[in-house]
Amino acid sequence: MLLIPCPYCGPRPEIEFSYGGEAHLARPRDPAACDDAAWGDFLYARTNPKGIHAERWRHAHGCGRFFNALRHTVSDQFLITYRIGAPRPEIAA
Amino acid sequence: MRAAFRMPAGGRIARGETLSFRFDGRIYTGHPGDTLASALLAHGVHLLGRSFKYHRPRGVLAAGSEEPNALVEIDRGGGRRTPNLRATEVALYDGLVARSQNRAPALSFDLGRINDFFAPLLSAGFYYKTFMWPRRAWRMLYEPLIRRAAGLGRAPEAPDPDRYANRFGHCDVLIVGGGPAGLMAALAASAGEARVVLVDEQAACGGSLLDETTATIAGQPAPVWLAETLATLNARATVRLLRCATAFGYYAENFIAIAERVTEHLADPDPGLPRERLWQMRAREVVLATGATERPLVFPGNDRPGVMLAGAARTYLNRYAVRPGRRAVIVTACDSAYQAASDLAAAGVEVALIADLRDTLPAVASDLAARGIRVAAGMTVLGTQGGLRVRSVAVAPARGGASVRLACDLVLMSGGWTPAIHLFSQSRGQVRFAADLGAFIPDRSVQRERSAGACRGLLDLAETLADGARAGAAAARAAGFPVPDLPRPAVAGAITPAGFHLGLCPRAAATRAFVDFQNDVTAKDIARAAQEGFHAIEHVKRYTTTGMATDQGKTSNLNALALVAAATGRAIPEVGLTSFRPPYTPVTFGTLAGLSRGALFDPVRTTPIHPWAEARGAVFEDVGAWRRARYFPRSDEDMHAAIARECRATREALGLLDASTLGKIEVVGPDAAEFLERFYVNALRKLGIGRCRYGLALGENGFVRDDGVIGRLAPDRFHVTTTTGGATATLDRMEDYLQTEWPDLHVWLTSTTEHWAVLAVQGPQARAALAPLITDIDLAPAAFPPMSVRVGHILGVATRLFRVSFTGELGFEINVPADYAGAVWEAVAARVAACGGAVYGTEAMHVLRAEKGYAIIGQETDGTVTPGDLGLDWTIGKGKTDFIGKRALALPDLRRPGRKQLVGLLTTDPALVLEEGAQIIAGPNPSPGSTALGHVTSAYPSATLGRSIALGLVAAGRQRLGARLYAQTPGGVAEVDLVSPVFFDPAGRRIDG
Amino acid sequence: MAPSRFSLLTLLRQAFSGPPDLSAHWRSPAPGPAYDVVIIGAGGHGLATAFHLAAEHGIRRVAVLEKGWLGGGNTGRNTTIVRSNYLMAESAALYEHALRLWEGLSQALNYNVMYSPRGVMMLAHNVHDIAVLKRHIYANRLAGIDNEWLSPAEAKAFCPPLNLAGGMRYPVLGAALQRRGGTARHDAVAWGYARAASALGVDIIQNCEVTAIDRDRAGAVSGVETTRGAIAARKIGVVAAGHTSVVMALAGLRMPLESYPLQALVSEPVKPVFPCVVMSNTIHAYISQSDKGELVIGAGTDAYVSYSQTGGLHIATHTLDAICELFPMFRRLRMLRNWGGIVDVTPDRSPIIGLTPVPGLFVNCGWGTGGFKATPGSGQVFAHTIATGAPHPINAPFSLDRFRCGRLIDEAAAAAVAH
Repeated sequence: MLLIPCPYCGPRPEIEFSYGGEAHLARPRDPAACDDAAWGDFLYARTNPKGIHAERWRHAHGCGRFFNALRHTVSDQFLITYRIGAPRPEIAA
Repeated sequence: MRAAFRMPAGGRIARGETLSFRFDGRIYTGHPGDTLASALLAHGVHLLGRSFKYHRPRGVLAAGSEEPNALVEIDRGGGRRTPNLRATEVALYDGLVARSQNRAPALSFDLGRINDFFAPLLSAGFYYKTFMWPRRAWRMLYEPLIRRAAGLGRAPEAPDPDRYANRFGHCDVLIVGGGPAGLMAALAASAGEARVVLVDEQAACGGSLLDETTATIAGQPAPVWLAETLATLNARATVRLLRCATAFGYYAENFIAIAERVTEHLADPDPGLPRERLWQMRAREVVLATGATERPLVFPGNDRPGVMLAGAARTYLNRYAVRPGRRAVIVTACDSAYQAASDLAAAGVEVALIADLRDTLPAVASDLAARGIRVAAGMTVLGTQGGLRVRSVAVAPARGGASVRLACDLVLMSGGWTPAIHLFSQSRGQVRFAADLGAFIPDRSVQRERSAGACRGLLDLAETLADGARAGAAAARAAGFPVPDLPRPAVAGAITPAGFHLGLCPRAAATRAFVDFQNDVTAKDIARAAQEGFHAIEHVKRYTTTGMATDQGKTSNLNALALVAAATGRAIPEVGLTSFRPPYTPVTFGTLAGLSRGALFDPVRTTPIHPWAEARGAVFEDVGAWRRARYFPRSDEDMHAAIARECRATREALGLLDASTLGKIEVVGPDAAEFLERFYVNALRKLGIGRCRYGLALGENGFVRDDGVIGRLAPDRFHVTTTTGGATATLDRMEDYLQTEWPDLHVWLTSTTEHWAVLAVQGPQARAALAPLITDIDLAPAAFPPMSVRVGHILGVATRLFRVSFTGELGFEINVPADYAGAVWEAVAARVAACGGAVYGTEAMHVLRAEKGYAIIGQETDGTVTPGDLGLDWTIGKGKTDFIGKRALALPDLRRPGRKQLVGLLTTDPALVLEEGAQIIAGPNPSPGSTALGHVTSAYPSATLGRSIALGLVAAGRQRLGARLYAQTPGGVAEVDLVSPVFFDPAGRRIDG
Repeated sequence: MAPSRFSLLTLLRQAFSGPPDLSAHWRSPAPGPAYDVVIIGAGGHGLATAFHLAAEHGIRRVAVLEKGWLGGGNTGRNTTIVRSNYLMAESAALYEHALRLWEGLSQALNYNVMYSPRGVMMLAHNVHDIAVLKRHIYANRLAGIDNEWLSPAEAKAFCPPLNLAGGMRYPVLGAALQRRGGTARHDAVAWGYARAASALGVDIIQNCEVTAIDRDRAGAVSGVETTRGAIAARKIGVVAAGHTSVVMALAGLRMPLESYPLQALVSEPVKPVFPCVVMSNTIHAYISQSDKGELVIGAGTDAYVSYSQTGGLHIATHTLDAICELFPMFRRLRMLRNWGGIVDVTPDRSPIIGLTPVPGLFVNCGWGTGGFKATPGSGQVFAHTIATGAPHPINAPFSLDRFRCGRLIDEAAAAAVAH
C-alpha cells in the first residue's frame, strides 16, 4: 500500500485515494477544432513511462481534492505532489 | 510411552507439566515449550513425512520455519483441520492431534514409494515430453493420475469456524527478528522516546541465543543475558514485543505485513480471541535482523530420517533437552558443526567422526580431538544407508581413496549459513554475492531500512550484537530520536561459524542427492536442466521446481544456484538470484481476509423503507451494493402473479415504489447551470426555476454513461438525480471536471443520496392520494405540470416534490429527509391502499418503464451505446457548441449507418417471454458462426398488454421496424416482430392524469 | 536441426538406459547482423509469432529478442486460464481461434503444454449477472462456441466446493460453463514454442534489450539497436506486453496503453479438491487448482500505472476476502506465493494486433489481464499480419486505428451494473 503525500492533508495510505491517470492532459478548448486523430489521441494516447510519471490523484476519502504527483513507476516512490493547474516540476530521475 | 531421548535436565521446557498428544493415532507425551517435532524426537520418532514426488521417508531436517520435510496435518476438531504445518513450528499443547501426510496406507509403509523406483521417469521436465498421445489422454488419464499423486495435505472440507483479526499499526522503529542482533537493536533504539516494535516468529525471543549453553555475553551466561535483556525491554513502555508473529511481506514505504498466531499454541483458547491477526505496520525506520539459515550438504541419501542440520541438532539438544540420536557422524564444511559436536558429546551422544570437507581443520577441531573425538580433514560423504532411518553413512577422502561405512543413527551436516535476505530483497534492496560466505548479502538499501547481524553475513556473536546495537541506534536517530551508543558487549565461549561448501559434495553421485527436499529435486535434475538449455535460474527453478515448495527453498536455493553455475561454467553471481516474493512463510488465507466476511465482506446498503419491506415479506434483489425490494408477494402469489398485480394496480389506480436508491447530487453555486450545461447533453442553462429536465451524461468517448432528472430549485441550486449504480461514478466525474478542467467555475457538489428518501407515487390516482397529505403545494395540473419540482411539506415534513414519471402515468416523486421517510412512507402507503393501489418493487418498475420504452442505463446500454442508438438524440441541446462527449459523437464509427438501435420486440407467440441476452438473427436457421443483428436487452410478461414484450438493440433497428426477425430461445428460435419501443400509450396522454 | 521427437518410448529407453538425449530445448545463438523479421519480446505471443512465421509463411530468418529470459514476463506469471466465452463477436472469434489451436497444441509442438479442458465456470450472483451471462451464452452458441447455463445445483455438482448455503452475501444464482475452457501449463507454452521455433531456424536471443528502433529516410524501420549490437530488419513485431509503451516510444509512438500491476497468488499444495476453473467477475475472484495441487488465485490490478512487478497487499487480501467468502472451507489454507506482473491495458480492454503508422513496424499488445489464453491464436494471426503486411480477418477489428474512429470492442463495459 503506497503512502501518498496529499498536499493538503499530509501523508496518507493509498486506500484513502483514487487514481486519476496521467496528468497535464488538458481537454482541448475547442474540441470541434480537433480532427479525429487529435481527439483520439487526447482521449486515449498515454505516455505510460517507465520512470517518472506525472499523474493525478484524488484524496477521495479525505479532503476530496485532486492533486498532481510525480511518481517513479519502477520504485512507486512519490517524488513530489503539487496543485492542479501548476506546471510539472523539473525533477531529475 | 517413555520419552527415551529426553535428557534428565536442561532445556527450556516446563518439565513440571506433562502434555499428551497423538501422532498418527499413537499417544505420546511432551512438555510446554516443546514443538511437535521436539516432542516426537524425544521419543526417538524421526520419520515424520513422505516426500512430494517419490514418497521417500523423511524426518526432521531443521528446527524452525525453514523445515522442508516434517509437514503434518493438525486437527483441532469442528472443521479446524490445517494441512502442511511444520512440526518444527507447531507448539505442543495438551490433546494435540497430528497426522502425517501424503502416504497410504501408513507412514511406515507407503505404496507411493514405488515412485522412487521410477525416479528416472519422473525426473525434472518429464511431463513436458510425454503424456501427449492420444490427444484426449492428458485430460482423461494422465492428468488425473498426476493430480492425485501431487499435493501434500488435504484441504479442509468444512467452513472454518475460527475468527481472524486485522490491525493497522505505526511505529518509529520496527525490528524484525528477536535474535541477538534484533534484541540489541531494540535495546539501542528504545533508549529514547521512539516507539519500537520487535517482531519474532518464534514463541520465545532470543533466536540463536535460545540454543546457547556455553557462550557468555557481558560476563553473563547467554541465557541470563537474554532473560535480563527481555526484562529490560518488557519494562519499557515504548516497546512492544510481538511473538509468534512473522513479518512476511515488505512493501513500499516501509509497510510491513505481519501474521501473528494468537491462539494456535493453546489447548483451549479463549473464544473471544482471534486465531490469528494480521498487522499492517507502517514504520519510520526498519531494522532487519532476520538471521541466517543453515544449509544442508548435497550427497546421495542426504534426505534419510536421521540426517539433520547440525545447528538443528544443537537446538533440539539445548533448547528442548532432546538427544537426536545415540551415535552421530558429523559432516561439515563449517565451524559451527563443531559446536554441535561438542554439545552432543557433552550430552552423552557418541560422536563417531567429524568429517570436515575442508583441507584445513579449524582451531576448534583440536579441542574436540582433545576430548577423544575423531576429526578428519579433506573428507567427503558419498551416501547414507537405511530404510526408515539412517543406519550408516559412507565417508571417504575427498581427493580419492576408499570409503568407509560408519554405523550411526544420526548424520549431522553443515554446508554453512545463508543470510535470510528475503525481506531485504522484497524491500527492493540490492544484494551482492559475498564470496567469503558463499551467499548473497544486502548491499544497498532502497527504503529506510538497515540490516543487522547474521542476515547481513555477520555470523560472529560479538559482531552480531554490536551490529544490532549500531543499527538500532541509527534507526532511532534517523526517526528523530536521539539515543546514546550502547557499549559493545564482550562475548566469550562462542564459535564463529566460518567456512562453507556449496553444491554437490566431492566425488558424490548426483542421483538421489537432494537439493530441494520437499519437491524431490536432486543435483542430477538440476544438471540435466542446465544440459537441456535451461540456464537462467528462473528457468531451472520452473523446470525442476526447485525452491518452489512450501519452504520456498530456504535451505536449497543456494545449492541449486551453485549447481547451475557449475553445470554452465559460470560464477554464481552470473547465474543470478530468483526473486524473493512474499510471503516469507505461508500465511493463512483467513488471516489475510481478516474480519472481511459475511456482512462485513461487503456491506449491504438498504433504504429507510427496508424494514417496512422486510416486514411485508418483500423478495429482495442485489443491485450494486444496494438491496432493493423486487416484489411484494401476497401469501398465495408467485413472483409472476405478484408483479402482474403490482403493475395492474399502478396502471389502474396507483403504485408506490421505494426509489430511495437513486443517486442524488446537490449542485450549487453561481456557475451551477453553466457546469450542468457542459456536463449533460441537454440544454440546461436556461432551465426555469421549478422546472425539471431529463439529463443524459456521456463519456468523452461519446457513449452513454448515466441519466437522471435535473431539477432547478433556485438560480444557483439544482437537485440532480443519477442511476442507482452510477451515483458514485457520476459524482466523481463531476468533481474531476470541476477541479481539474474547469476550476474557474464556482460550483459545489454534495452527495445527497443518503439524505433524501424517495417515494415514487405513480398512477391515475396519484394526485388524489397525495392531496390530503400536502397542504402547501398546489398539485393542480396547471400549477404543477409534468417535469417540474416544488418545495413544501408533506405531513409537516419538508419535501422536494417532483412531478416525474418513470411509468408513463401521472406521477410524483416525494423526496423527504431519510429520518422521516419511514413515517411518511407509512402514511403514503395507507393512502395508496385506500385508493386501491399497491406497493411495487423493482421488477414491476422495470416492466412499467419497458411498456413505455424507457431505457435503463446499464441494461439497454453496455458502454458502447450513443444517444442516437437509444433514440435519444432529441435530448441533445440544439446549438450547444460543446458538452462532454460531443466531439466523439462526430467520430466516423459513432455516425456509422447500421449501428444497433433500440427497438421493441414482439414475439409472434404472445405467451413467450424471451430471455434477456438472447441474440436477434435474420433467419430461423443460423449457420454456425453467424453474427447476430443484435440482442434482447429487456423482456417481460406485460399484464397491462396481456402479452410479452421485449426491448432490444438491433442493427439499423429503426429502419427495420415492421420486419420479422428471430430471437434465440433455450429451445431454438422464436419469431419476433420489430416494433416501436413504446408499447403503451404512445401518445403519452396518461402522464397528465 | 530437427530435434528428436519426444515420445514415451524413447523416454522410457532414455530413463533406464543411457546415455539420454538431453540436448538443449532451444539454441542460444549470438545475434546475427540481419533478419527478415525481428520480434521484440520472447513471451508466449512473441515466440508463437516466430513459430508461425517460420512454420506457415516460410520466413525462417527471424530473431526473437528478449530483454530477460524467455517466458519471464506475463507468460510465466499468469493464472493459466484458457477460455473463449467472450461476448463481443470480434473477441469471441479471436479467442475461439486460439482455443481450437490449444486443443491440438501439445501435438503440434510435440511438447506437452498440459492443456486441460476442465471447464471454466462463471458465477452469477444477482439478477443482472444472470442476464449478462445468458447474453454471453446466447452469443457464444450462435457463434458455435460452447457455453451453457447451469442451475445452482448443477453448478455445485460440477464444482463441489461451491457454497450454496443460505444467507450468503453473494449467493450463487447459477453459472455459465464453458466445458472446453480450462488451464494449461504456462511455462511449457513458452518452452514448447521456443523449442519448435528454434528447430525451424528462428534465433531466440535472450538477455538482449532493444535500445533503439532505426528508421530509413522514408521513415520505415530498418533495424534495431540492442545491448548486444545492431540488428537490421525491414519488419519488426513488438510483442512486449507490459513494456509495449516503452518499446513503441523508441519509434516515437504514444500508445493507447497503460501498464498496471496485476497480482496472483497460490496456496500451499493440497490433494485434488477443486476440479475446474471458477470465476466471479462481480466480486473479482478467479480460482483453479494446478496439477501440483496449489490453488491458483488471480487478483485484480492495482489502481495506478506501475512497472514495479509488485502490488499492494490490500489488493491480494481483497481477493482472498472474496475467495474465502465463496469457499469458506479454504480459509485455513495458506498463501504460499504472491507475485505481480505488468499488464498493458487499452481503453476498451481489448488487444491491439496489427499495423502501426510506422512502415514495417507491427504491434501486438494490450492484452490486459487475459492474454495467456490467446497465445496460439494471437501468434498465428500476428504472423500472418507481419508476413503479408495486412491483418488476418480475425485481427482486422483489433486495429490501433479503432481509437481514432471510435469502433471500440468493449467487453468489460457489457457487464455494467444496471439501474
